Amino acid sequence: MTAAPFPVGQRDYSLVGPDSRRAVEIGLASAEWYHSDVPRAVMKDLMKRTDGPAIRDTILWFALLIGGAWGGIYFWGTWACVPFLFVYSVIYGSSCDSRWHECGHGTAFRTPWMNDVIYQIASFMVMRNPVTWRWSHARHHTDTYIVGRDAEIAWMRPPKTLTNFLALFDVIGATRSLLILARNATGRLTPDEKDFVPESEWGKMILAARIHMAIYAATIAVALATWSWLPLMLIGLPRIYGSWHMVMCGHLQHAGLAENVLDHRLNTRTVYMNPISRYIYWNMNYHIEHHMFPMVPYHALPRLHEVIKADLPPPNLSILDGYREVFASLRRQKTDPEYYLRKTLPPSAKPYREEFHTLNIARSGT
Amino acid sequence: MPQWIRACATDDINPEDLIRFDHDGDTYAIYHAPDGRFYATAGRCTHEDVHLCDGLVMGHLIECPKHNGQFDYRTGEAKRLPVCVNLKTFPVKVEAGAVFIGLT
Ligand code: FES
Repeated sequence: MTAAPFPVGQRDYSLVGPDSRRAVEIGLASAEWYHSDVPRAVMKDLMKRTDGPAIRDTILWFALLIGGAWGGIYFWGTWACVPFLFVYSVIYGSSCDSRWHECGHGTAFRTPWMNDVIYQIASFMVMRNPVTWRWSHARHHTDTYIVGRDAEIAWMRPPKTLTNFLALFDVIGATRSLLILARNATGRLTPDEKDFVPESEWGKMILAARIHMAIYAATIAVALATWSWLPLMLIGLPRIYGSWHMVMCGHLQHAGLAENVLDHRLNTRTVYMNPISRYIYWNMNYHIEHHMFPMVPYHALPRLHEVIKADLPPPNLSILDGYREVFASLRRQKTDPEYYLRKTLPPSAKPYREEFHTLNIARSGT
Repeated sequence: MPQWIRACATDDINPEDLIRFDHDGDTYAIYHAPDGRFYATAGRCTHEDVHLCDGLVMGHLIECPKHNGQFDYRTGEAKRLPVCVNLKTFPVKVEAGAVFIGLT
């Protein structure tokens, strides 16, 4: 196909604007994406579902939550509560995202109800409507970083402010999430929400938002009744003061890379991380692998990485290494929104749908 | 009366797996259930235009490779979001080591 690439100029990231229509017209929407070749027997083994690893990780997850909350309550009012609330908040405000994500895919556990229970709990912690986000995330996988199609593009060009990026406490994101829930609870849905969530689910969306808002209202009532911040430090606020790890990992996924390509190797980043971050993030640092093969559970992603790495760009070697690349690219995009970091594929890798690069190739960096 | 079309040999599909079968401009998925029976459905997911042949068979469920929607491939029933529309199923018979799909 010899499609005309996107024109240079202002992007419209809304799901109902001109870029959305154009993505459909030129075949970027719901398209066939590149996949590395993996023998069927190997892939079947990688996709195999089991409850064991997620049960083990979830027991530890609850133990850390309960232990952290206990210490936070017991030592409240003294400095000794700080380490407990630090652990509690990161498990609440950061690992909620990866649990939400993996259980939303239904791959973490083999047993469906286990995925569903953790999905609901994690959706509450991360302040996301469990109905809306199931659909927006499906769209993110169908049309990853396709402008006007993907509702989860975190770094729109030109990047608005690097200071937000440095503010690792996700005040803006959490506030926005809460306002969306509050709006949904009143029964109001935006055109974007109506675009990617089927009408049959709208009632469930509103109900879920009402339940979440009722819990927050009850927490505020307890805080007022006891005249203490503690209830809010345990419910709600950890989404802000414990979200730094989620934000830190999340921005590494796609920032500064290509838009409007059909190859996850070019718009997604795999970053090697330490074991603690990988536990919190449930191995989503293997993000190219996850996007290419969303059926592979988080615990099998390191094995998948070994199988296909010869077909992928070299991974970033650490979180710091990833951020060096992200910052350099975003800095360029501030003045040149057409710029993106063009990932170099190894000589053994197969190229794919190069026509979507032709316009930007001169401005991209490697 | 369906027209019986040979889709594959029985040992072309491992137990608890599926293969793609294309015929006359249409595409199908042929399944080998863990109990040894064979089944056939339309090849493409009802959520988006994605072939199920790269999906995962778990018992009597096929999980779509794109967004993990699931169908019961015996009945075509949609079992897990984001799939909401059932999958079309086709009759199957096994004769002389071959799997036949019944098309009308
Ligand atoms: S394409 Fe099959 S679940 Fe979305």
